[in-house]
Amino acid sequence: MTPLLTVGNLSVTYPTRTGVVEAVRGISFELGRERLGIVGESGSGKSQTGRAIMGLTPPPGIVRADALSFSGVDLLKAGASTWRDMRGSRMAMILQDPKFSLNPVLTIGRQITETLRHHENVSKREARRRALDMLEAVQIADPERVFGLYPHEVSGGMGQRAMIAMMLVCGPELLIADEPTSALDVTVQLEVLGILDRLVRDNGMGLIFISHDLRLVSSFCDRVLVMYAGRIVEELATADLSKATHPYTRGLLDCTPKIGESRHPLPVLERRKEWAA
Amino acid sequence: MTIRIENLSVTFDGFQALKSVSIAVGKGESFGLVGESGSGKSTLLRAVAGLAPVSGGTIEVSGERLSGGRRSRAFRRAVQMVFQDPYASLHPRQTVDRQLLEPLAIHRIGDGERRILKALDEVGLGPSFRFRYPHQLSGGQRQRVAIARALIVEPEILLLDEPTSALDASVQAEVLNLLEEVRGRHGLTYVMVSHDLGVVTHMCGRLAVMKGGEVVETLSAADLAGSRVVSDYTRRLMVASKGFSREAVSG
Repeated sequence: MTPLLTVGNLSVTYPTRTGVVEAVRGISFELGRERLGIVGESGSGKSQTGRAIMGLTPPPGIVRADALSFSGVDLLKAGASTWRDMRGSRMAMILQDPKFSLNPVLTIGRQITETLRHHENVSKREARRRALDMLEAVQIADPERVFGLYPHEVSGGMGQRAMIAMMLVCGPELLIADEPTSALDVTVQLEVLGILDRLVRDNGMGLIFISHDLRLVSSFCDRVLVMYAGRIVEELATADLSKATHPYTRGLLDCTPKIGESRHPLPVLERRKEWAA
Repeated sequence: MTIRIENLSVTFDGFQALKSVSIAVGKGESFGLVGESGSGKSTLLRAVAGLAPVSGGTIEVSGERLSGGRRSRAFRRAVQMVFQDPYASLHPRQTVDRQLLEPLAIHRIGDGERRILKALDEVGLGPSFRFRYPHQLSGGQRQRVAIARALIVEPEILLLDEPTSALDASVQAEVLNLLEEVRGRHGLTYVMVSHDLGVVTHMCGRLAVMKGGEVVETLSAADLAGSRVVSDYTRRLMVASKGFSREAVSG
């Protein structure tokens, strides 16, 4: 079986006044119809990896790779119109904060139907019906009302559900979720993850879940890539998380305080130059 | 310094953010406030600092009854606040040196040179950080500057409003260790707001769980760790803080 996504020796660089910044430095992985977590601290290149796969690296960033293909399409050779057709319909991305990533001057309903009307030849009425169905699928109690609301009129959890609805309405094969629940309360976080979990499972999508929280990722994904300074330092099945060998992974696991543990002071993450080499 | 809050209500334009809340924090204690957004935990903290419109009840700090938004100069020095977002709480066009000088100037404290270097050293930033701008610092370093700014006037109470929730888990550990160390060294009283039960039980001896502007439950961290909780809401928060599991979501 050919993988859904193949990433070979991907690098993302940004030329700056003080020299070239290497955000991602030669990472390779394959993704099937599974849940893959990418974990690392800020600046580890995890979000840049997600953006590069979606073709959303902002200029003047440069993406290089030996291979970057998504279900048979060579993304390295993709032109603007190929990208437009892919994004939103075959691959989609959920961003961190609904306050900043929804369009503030369009209603939620309009933003969902826009995706549908762009990618599929559907009537207005059909688009509306499917948008309402999708809002219902993300467990919004009153879809008719939320359909007509503007992003500032809904809570963070509601906004994030609306974004999930927007991204999944065309039934993409690959979903990239970049810190999808970091801006939400813990209890809302669980609900949103539950919805995401169910939809990904039912639709048989591939999921890339990007987060700085290794515990959260490992409770949600099948496999985890740990990134440090633009490289993958360790790859693990989540079942083997307790057997992680790399000191950086161990550090990420140990540094969060947990209920019922007394560790004063908390172990602090070591960062060694040679891990980045 | 003790904090005693009784039947405190805060109303914003007819919306009651706090509904008759009472808590007491002893001298040298570390007290946590936990809850979701909109539970009123930050409002409670801001009311103590005089930043929220109090509509009823009383706040007493060290026996001094506080009214409205008015605070004595001594209070303003003894009680300092650290905010959630270090990207927003530092002046973007002032150097670290300038931001640390400001509280000294306000409180007419001399010996600035020595105090600034000491405050920077205390939060683990060397003198090389003194003339940097906030955009030249990482999130964790910025939060360290915010803590240094609070410590420089030698306060007795620190009000911490989600001091680590804008930081990575790994940087969070460093900042939490710093806060504990500082508290031990100066015998400070902490009131700490967080949505993360793990962080609060790590940092605080006692905590209050808040929901919808009311205190649902006040308990010790040991009781929480031992699951000796009374309210269902606290139990739900505990489940949520353990991370995602298919059972927790369906159940």
